[in-house]
Amino acid sequence: MRYEKPTTVEAATALLAGQGARVLAGGTDLLVQMKARVLNPDVVVDIKGIEATREITKDASGYTIGAAVTGAELKEHPTLSKDWPGLVEAANLIGSTQVQGRASLGGNLCNGSPAADSVPGLIAAGAVATIVGPKGTRTLPVEDIMLAPRKLALTAGEFIVSFKIPARPKHGGDAYLRFIPRTEMDIAVVGCGVALALDDSGTCTAARVSLGAVAARPLLVEDAGKALVGTKVDDAALAKLEAAARAACKPIDDKRGTVEFRVDVAGTLTVRTAKIALERARKV
Amino acid sequence: MQERVKKPQFDVVGTRPIRPDGVDKVTGRAKYGADLKMAGQLVGKVLRSPHAHARIKSIDTSKAAAMPGVKAIVTAGDFPKQASEFVPAGEGVVNYRDISNNVIARDKVLYEGHAVAAVAALNEKTAIAALDAIKVEYEVLPHVIDEIEAIKPGAPILHDDMITIGMTPPPTKASNIAKRVEFNLGDTAKGFAEADLIVEREFKTKAVHQGYIEPHACLASSSEDGSAELWVTTQGHWVVRAYCAKLLNWDIGKIRVTSSEIGGGFGGKTVVYLEPLALLLSKKSRRPVKMVMSREEVFKASGPTSGGTVKVKMGVKKDGRITAAEGEITLQAGAFQGSPVQPACMCAFANYDLENVKVTGYDVVSNRPKVAAYRAPGGPISTYGVESVVDEIAEKLGMCPIELRLKNAAKEGTRAAYGPKFGPVGLVECLEAAKDSDHWKAPLGPNQGRGVAAGFWFNIGGETTVSLQLNEDGTLTLMAGTPDIGGLRASLCMMAAEELKVDVSKIRPIIADTSSLGYNFLTGGSRSTFSSGMATVEAARSIVKQACGRAAKLWDIPEEAVTFEDGMIRPAGENAGKHKPMHLSDIAKVAGKTGGAIVGYAAISAQGAAPSFGVHIADTEVDPGTGKVTVTRYTAIQDAGKAIHPAYVEGQYQGGAVQGIGWALNEEYIYGADGKLQNAGFLDYRIPVASDLPMIDTVIIEVPNPRHPYGVRGIGETPIVPPMAAIGASVRRSSGVRFFELPMSPPKVLKAMKAAGKA
Ligand SMILES: Cc1cc2nc3c(=O)[nH]c(=O)nc-3n(C[C@H](O)[C@H](O)[C@H](O)COP(=O)(O)OP(=O)(O)OC[C@H]3O[C@@H](n4cnc5c(N)ncnc54)[C@H](O)[C@@H]3O)c2cc1C
Repeated sequence: MRYEKPTTVEAATALLAGQGARVLAGGTDLLVQMKARVLNPDVVVDIKGIEATREITKDASGYTIGAAVTGAELKEHPTLSKDWPGLVEAANLIGSTQVQGRASLGGNLCNGSPAADSVPGLIAAGAVATIVGPKGTRTLPVEDIMLAPRKLALTAGEFIVSFKIPARPKHGGDAYLRFIPRTEMDIAVVGCGVALALDDSGTCTAARVSLGAVAARPLLVEDAGKALVGTKVDDAALAKLEAAARAACKPIDDKRGTVEFRVDVAGTLTVRTAKIALERARKV
Repeated sequence: MQERVKKPQFDVVGTRPIRPDGVDKVTGRAKYGADLKMAGQLVGKVLRSPHAHARIKSIDTSKAAAMPGVKAIVTAGDFPKQASEFVPAGEGVVNYRDISNNVIARDKVLYEGHAVAAVAALNEKTAIAALDAIKVEYEVLPHVIDEIEAIKPGAPILHDDMITIGMTPPPTKASNIAKRVEFNLGDTAKGFAEADLIVEREFKTKAVHQGYIEPHACLASSSEDGSAELWVTTQGHWVVRAYCAKLLNWDIGKIRVTSSEIGGGFGGKTVVYLEPLALLLSKKSRRPVKMVMSREEVFKASGPTSGGTVKVKMGVKKDGRITAAEGEITLQAGAFQGSPVQPACMCAFANYDLENVKVTGYDVVSNRPKVAAYRAPGGPISTYGVESVVDEIAEKLGMCPIELRLKNAAKEGTRAAYGPKFGPVGLVECLEAAKDSDHWKAPLGPNQGRGVAAGFWFNIGGETTVSLQLNEDGTLTLMAGTPDIGGLRASLCMMAAEELKVDVSKIRPIIADTSSLGYNFLTGGSRSTFSSGMATVEAARSIVKQACGRAAKLWDIPEEAVTFEDGMIRPAGENAGKHKPMHLSDIAKVAGKTGGAIVGYAAISAQGAAPSFGVHIADTEVDPGTGKVTVTRYTAIQDAGKAIHPAYVEGQYQGGAVQGIGWALNEEYIYGADGKLQNAGFLDYRIPVASDLPMIDTVIIEVPNPRHPYGVRGIGETPIVPPMAAIGASVRRSSGVRFFELPMSPPKVLKAMKAAGKA
C-alpha cells in the first residue's frame, strides 16, 4: 500500500486514475474498512493537502465548503450555523466528538451508505457537488451522486472537491433529525432533512425534503416538498407531507428495523423535522 | 455459629476511602490482559467456523505450516481426548469433554465462530495469512438456533449421544434436551382451586452478552521442562489452571497463572477459550504466545447468556394472597449442555412465601456459542416472567404492586421452593424502602409510566485463601486470590484495617498468582467480598494473636495476659500497667528477633453465604410516534447485609441496573436464516450508552448476615435480576401495552401500540 498526499487537484486526479486508488479524507470509514479487510487499496490518496478541499468560503451566492472539511470545523464557522443549522447539526450527529474532528461531508457521501447522516441535510439544502477528474470539472446535485449502496456516479479518477450551498433565503430554515434506538453512537434507521422558505406573509414558497436509510440511496422526495409549497405549513399540509414521505419509502427489513417500522417513522420524523425548519424560517 | 451482628460503629468499614487500584487505572498504568509483553513473543490467532453446523471432513495445515514466520499450528488432534464426565464447579457442574470440544472443535463445528485451528506467527499479518492458508473441508449440516425449534421432532440433532437426564422413563433416542429439572413444594392443583384469579402467560427473552469492555486475552510461556506461565484476564486463575492442566494433561503444580487487571467479566470470564491454545502453541513454538480476541470473536465465540421461553401461572385470592405458582423454563445452553436452567428454576419464585409451587426446566442445546455465566445466571430470565405476572395480578386486583409483594414477601423462616429455609433476609425492608421513597411518590408526565419489581440471588462462599504479612515498618501486604472486579481489594483492606486498627492506606493489596497462595475458587456467585473478607478477617486476627505472643515473649508474661485494644498491645490482668503498651508497628520492628516474620494466613471454605433481595423502581417515557422507550428515572434498592465500601456497593447496583435496562430495551443476539450472527459488534448489539440513561439512584439496606464477621452478603448479582420486569411494568403504563417479549425495541413497541390503538 502506498500513501500519497498531493497538493493540487491535477496531481490527485492523476493518482486516482490509476488502478486500486482510493481517496482518503478523514479516514473514519476508509481506515475502518481497511482494518476489517473489506477494502485493500494499493494507493491511498489523501486529499487534505489540496487547499480547496479544506476551506469554507462565502459570497453573495452562498457557501463553498471543501469536501474534506470536518463536522467540527463546520460548527466553528462564524455564520454557517446561523444560515444552515440543520446541515451543521446533521454533520455533528456523526459518531462522537473524536469522530467529528475527522469526518467530512465528502467522505460521508462517498462512503456510499444510504444511512449517511449529513447527506439528507445536503440534499435538502440544495447542495451541488463540484467534481474534478481527468476530463476536467463538472457539477452534480448531491441527490444524483449516490446511485446504490457503495455505488456512486463518479467515474475513474474523479473526486469531489467541494460543495456549493446556496445562500439562505430571506425567511429560510432547515433541520435534520434521525431516528436511532439509542441517543448516540448509532446508525440512522431513518434520517430526514427539510429546508423550506417562506414569504413575508408566512406562506411556503419552496421546500426540499430528503430521506435517508429508507431506500437504496438517500432520496429527494419532491412530492413531500410540494405538499408544503403554497401553504402556511398547517396541519393539513403536514398531513400531506407525512403521507408523501411514507409513500416515497422503499426500505428493507434488516437488523436495524422492519419495513413497516421505517415507513411509519419516516412519516413521523418528516413532520417533526419540518416543524423545526418552519420554526427557524419564521424566526429569520 | 457466630452471634448475630449488632449494629456496632466501625472506624473503617462503611467509609469511602480511595481504592488502592484507582490511580493506576485512571493513569493507564494498570496492566490488563493484553498489556503484558515478553521478549520474543508470537501472535496467536484462531481459525473459526464459518458454518453454524458442519462435520469437519479434513483439515490441511501443511501450506500454512510452510509459510515463513509461522511457528506453530494446533488443531483438536493435538489435545488429548476427554471422557464425558461431570465434575462439580462452584454453582454448577462442568464436563471436560465439552470444554475441550468448545475450545477447539473435534469432528463437528457446532456454531459459527467455533474454533477449528490456531496458529502462532511472528506477527499479526503472518498469522492472519496463515489462517487463510489452512484448508478445512466441511460437510455442512442443517442447523437450529431457536430453543423451541430445537426440541421439535425432526430438529437437527447436535450430539448423537445426548439422552435427556431427569426424565422418567429415560428417553431412548438422542435429542437436543440435555436435562430436565423439577422443584416442588405443596400441591399446586389444590392451590389453584383456592384461587379467585389465575394469570397464565408465556414470555420470551433473547440471548444477551455480558459485554465486558476488555476482550479475552492471554500470554502463555511454556518451558522445555514442562512448566508454564500464563498471564490472563480472568475471574478465576486457579480455575483456569485446573482447566488447562486437564485439557492438556499437564501437572497442575507446573502451571503458574497470574490474573491481570480485569476489564469486566460479569461471569463471562469464568471459562477458558484461548488459554489452552496459547499454552500449547507456546510449547510447540518454544516462544511466548499472546492471544487477544477481536470484539467480533468475543460476540461469536464467548459466552452470552441464554435466551429462553418462560411460562408462568399464578393463582391469587382477592385479598392478594398467592395460593399457587407454576413455571416452565426452557433455556438455550448454546452448543454444549449447561444452561443456567437450574438456578433459573430455583430463583423463579424465591421472592415469595408460597405453599404450593412447581417449577420445571429444560436445558436445550442449539447451534449457538456455549453460554457462560452472566450475573445471577438464569435468575433474570425466570424472574422477568414471574415478576411480570405479579405486576399483572396487582393491576387486575387493583392493588398497589408493592403492597401485593409485601403481602407475599419471603422472610426469615420462609421455605423456598428449592429447599432451604431463609435466615434473616431483607426483602420486606427493601419493599418498605421503595414504598417510602420520593421516587415512588413523584408525579409522572405524559407518556410516562412507573414499574416496580423484586429480585433475588443466592450467593455462594467456597474455597478461599488469603495471606496478610506484617512488614518490618508496620505496613501490611495483603494477598488475595479472587480477582478484583468491583473494588474487592479496597474492601479487603478495609476489613483488615478495621481488625488491626491501622490506617487503611498502610495496607497494600495484590491479587496473587496460583503459585503464591493456596487454592481460590473464582470471583463469581457474588462471593469474593464475602469469602475473601472472611479469610482476611481470620488472617488479621491471626496477626493480632501472633503479635500478642511476641509481646508476651518480650515482657516475659503468659500469652493470655496480653490484650489487643484500640490498636495497642497491652499487658492485662495482674500485669496491667507494668509494661509500656506497644503498637503493631513496634512489634513489627522486632518480629525478626522474636521468632521471625508475622504472617496471617487463612485457607478456608467459606460457609454461611446469605441471599440478597432487591427492589427496583423504573420510570419510562414512550414516544408514541416511534415506539422508543426512554428510562427517565430509576432507583435500585437492595439488601447488602453490610456495605463495606458503600461506593462500590452502589456501583454494583448501578451497573446491574444498566445491564438490565439494555437487556430490557435493545440488546439481543440476532441470527440470519443462515445461522450466522448478524450483530457481532457494539454498533448493532446495543448496550446502553451514558446519554441513554438517567442517574441510577441507589438505596442500601443493611440486614446483616449473621454468618459473616461484618454482616456481608454478596451483592454483585441481584441488581441485574429485577430490571427487565420493572421496565416491563413501567412500559405497560407508559405505552398502555403489556409486552411478553424482550427486548422491547422500538419496532416492537410501535407495532404493538398501533395494534392497540395507542399510537
Ligand atoms: C465510531 C464511528 C461512528 C460513526 N457514526 C456515524 C454516524 O453517526 N453517522 C454517519 O453518517 N456516519 C458515521 N460514521 C461513518 C463516518 O464517520 C462518516 O461516514 C464520515 O463522514 C466519513 O468521512 P471521512 O472524511 O472520515 O471519510 P473517509 O473514511 O476518508 O472516506 C470515506 C469514503 O469516501 C471516499 N471519499 C472520501 N472523500 C471523498 C471525496 N472528496 N471524493 C470522492 N471520494 C471520497 C473514500 O475513498 C472512502 O471510500 C461513523 C464512523 C465511526 C468510526
